[in-house]
Amino acid sequence: MNMLGGDPLLSGQIDLAVVLIVILKVVCVFAFLLVATMLMIWFERKVVSDFQNRVGPNTAGPFGILQTLADGIKFFFKEDLIPDRAERRVFILAPLLTVVPAFLLFTIVPFGGDFSNGHDGSVEIFGRTTYLQLADPAIGILFALAMSSIAVYGVMLAGWSSGSKYPLIGSVRASAQMVSYEAALGLSVCAVVLTTGTLSTHGIVMAQAGSGLGGFIPNWNLIATGFVPFVVFLLASQAELNRPPFDLVEAEQELVGSYHTEYSSIRFALFFVAEFMNSVTMAAIIVTLFLGGPAGPALLGPGWLWGVIWFLLKMTGFLFLFVWVRSTVPRVRYDQLMDLGWKVLIPLSLGWILLLATFWVARDQNWNGFITVAIGVVVGLTGYGLLKAAIATSKARRLEGVVD
Amino acid sequence: METAVFIVSALIVLAGGLGVVASRNPVHAALSLIATLFGIAVLFLNLGAELLAVVQVIVYTGAIVVLILFVMMLLGVDREEDLDTEPLVGQRLLAGLVGLLFLGAMLAIIIIGKDAIVTGSRSVTGALSPTVSNVTQIGTELFTTYVFALEVTAGLLTIAVVGAVVLSRRPRDLQPIPEPESMTDTGDEPLTAIPEEGAH
Repeated sequence: MNMLGGDPLLSGQIDLAVVLIVILKVVCVFAFLLVATMLMIWFERKVVSDFQNRVGPNTAGPFGILQTLADGIKFFFKEDLIPDRAERRVFILAPLLTVVPAFLLFTIVPFGGDFSNGHDGSVEIFGRTTYLQLADPAIGILFALAMSSIAVYGVMLAGWSSGSKYPLIGSVRASAQMVSYEAALGLSVCAVVLTTGTLSTHGIVMAQAGSGLGGFIPNWNLIATGFVPFVVFLLASQAELNRPPFDLVEAEQELVGSYHTEYSSIRFALFFVAEFMNSVTMAAIIVTLFLGGPAGPALLGPGWLWGVIWFLLKMTGFLFLFVWVRSTVPRVRYDQLMDLGWKVLIPLSLGWILLLATFWVARDQNWNGFITVAIGVVVGLTGYGLLKAAIATSKARRLEGVVD
Repeated sequence: METAVFIVSALIVLAGGLGVVASRNPVHAALSLIATLFGIAVLFLNLGAELLAVVQVIVYTGAIVVLILFVMMLLGVDREEDLDTEPLVGQRLLAGLVGLLFLGAMLAIIIIGKDAIVTGSRSVTGALSPTVSNVTQIGTELFTTYVFALEVTAGLLTIAVVGAVVLSRRPRDLQPIPEPESMTDTGDEPLTAIPEEGAH
């Protein structure tokens, strides 16, 4: 059985050419991620400064585009400090634990290929057929969830090992927040998997290729899953990335920057890079799951290039959305954060999965569509009412002082 | 290739297990536990059980150990411990004895069974079908053959969650349980008083 999944490159004889192609893909993905992260940091600073009516970085390179490179070189030559009360080994390990999952996350993202007119997105390199993604394991999107659950260790251990108070508070916040929002994230991925019937990211993109309703509206999961999982995923991903308005983990005004307070030099740079790299990857994963990834019409020229262009366009759109939200929405309070996660996003996505599953069963069994919808809505509303009643009761009892 | 991966990940699993037992610091022990769980995930991958591997990482490494670390940090029980004192007397001797017995039993089975046991072939619990991916197979089995067990487990877990919530929200008029002393005095030492001007 082929462990690396559906990629036709690895299904036949594995010889030197195959190994070279895999190495080429690794180098390309690595370089793309680094350059994209560098540009993302510049883009975020530039857009935020536009929002705040100032110029932003403008000295290094044209439009200040090389500012990140200059900052990186500066970080390299700074003195590397390890605080006296820090737990040495864990302190050194933590930044690496943050950076490595950030790199690994991108391996399953399909970033190109021709998906128009029934093509399956494969390209030919050196006479071999392959997909434009580093790996296409059968477990696909679960790998992304696994890596994002590993990423929390970097933040947690950095805060703990610093031997200082604010970082510790930050890391306790981080672990609570990430575990809470991982549930909502996973449940909205469930909706996508339910609709496309596969975990493989290539399969998910394939299922969204072509056009759906009316012949011109794209067949995206955004529409097929009914918007709600998309909104849940978008909110939960922002919390998972610790981006504003959910950046309580590193709230500068309260925690001095939290888990990376005690870090300096290249170790701090690793945290910084990983944070922006995760933003890029999360945008790529949202595009893959809900907006058809590289799928899109091929106009003139090679089809695979259009795949790359569509992918980059969609991804940049999301990155702009991230920066837009960051520069306009104020930070939420901690209880609001937890309430949103546990009392809104998780019940909502659970109910929505039930509804979606009912539709699929109804389609298989040829049930009456109208009655199914009616019963589904009634059950959903009942569940919502019960949840409301439970929350109201617990609030009333807390106000009465019956329970803590 | 399979053997090489097995040897490396088995070494990681063993080293992690040893670290869990021998670390003086509870956080280091938890980190060693992560190494062990990760090694087991790689062993699953090596056997072609991708779903089990990734579930191992998501559930155990990603959620359970995070919660263990969370509680340790929240309660501040992450100080170094003295390993010389045994909480249960005779515990270590007994553990060593049981371990030796277990090893002996395993060796005995291998030596007595000879070729009948060590065939090198996959066990009878291998994949049901070599063509269908094991994600599909596990899913189908769970929701057809074992659907009752699955539903009962789901009910049990729900009851456990509700029970935990009920137990943790104790009524206010009861006498509050006093905090153990070790929890109140684990903070930092108080700042030493600034010597007054001209005191010496």
